[in-house]
Amino acid sequence: MARLEPSDLPGDMTDHIVPTRVYYTIFALLMLGTALTVAIAYIDLGVLNIVAALTIAVTKATLVVLFFMHVRYSTRLTWAVVIGSVFWLAILLALTMGDYLTRSWQVYGSV
Amino acid sequence: MADHAGAHPAAEHPAALAHQFDDLEQQKEASTLGMWVFLVTEVLFFGGMFVTYAVYRNAYPGAFAAGSRELDVMLGGINTAVLITSSLTMALAVHAAQTGNRRALVWLLVATMALGGVFLGIKSVEYYHKLVEHHIPGPGFRFAEAEYLKHAQIFFSLYFMMTGLHALHMIIGIGLMLFMLRWAWNGTITTEYYAPIEISGLYWHFVDIVWIFLFPLLYLIGRHV
Repeated sequence: MARLEPSDLPGDMTDHIVPTRVYYTIFALLMLGTALTVAIAYIDLGVLNIVAALTIAVTKATLVVLFFMHVRYSTRLTWAVVIGSVFWLAILLALTMGDYLTRSWQVYGSV
Repeated sequence: MADHAGAHPAAEHPAALAHQFDDLEQQKEASTLGMWVFLVTEVLFFGGMFVTYAVYRNAYPGAFAAGSRELDVMLGGINTAVLITSSLTMALAVHAAQTGNRRALVWLLVATMALGGVFLGIKSVEYYHKLVEHHIPGPGFRFAEAEYLKHAQIFFSLYFMMTGLHALHMIIGIGLMLFMLRWAWNGTITTEYYAPIEISGLYWHFVDIVWIFLFPLLYLIGRHV
């Protein structure tokens, strides 16, 4: 495979050292997200409870991937692999649930 | 691996550079990419369990909500905070490795391992509570809400499988940190060669992300009822 040229890279990735204040900021946001998700769980929002919980979880996971795992500062090839993992997971979820959610004739227990 | 260090001036061929790579940057890219490819397989490994959870939660929402109300949000929440803090110390450990601060690196690795140990300790307390309450699926399973007796066992089966697999990853992570600690201690890790710390960190953060999803899905679903 051809070497990536510096111009192919988002930002300067050569030995990129993330300043510690970025880590502390992300840490504070993750803690805030945790407190928020617990607080929201005690409020009855109907179906929105699961939507809110998953939105906060996805946001927290994205912050970890981008900053703690340095993907924000990584090569496009790394980006492709990371997005690929999410894409394949989405196939797994979407096709499986697409099947189960449309089997309306199948009677599950009501509990 | 042949050692060509004698054949070239040190500036052309850093000691930490394996001969199949052009330069240190390419070497680091390769190890990071390799770790990410491994993490893709991990995402899909855990993904199978998350899909199973989604299918059964969709089928038996009442039993899953009742099951999750039996879990201790306080302990689960504290564990979430502990794990996020361990991710911070891990990220700071990578920073210490990059800046050549060996003393800080050693202490931050110890802190990461200690926090991982606290997480596993709290998890054990939770498992013990479940044992005492007869919430282990099987013939001895007891559940206060009789109509959920059957399907709450599916919830607890998934609870033990998912948190158990996650805990196994934590144990492996702490094992990795022991190796990192040794390499940090004996000077193997330098500002030129810190990829082992970096990719162990990727693994540790991945395990943190799994818990970020497990906590709301297992502990918080149906909490408001």
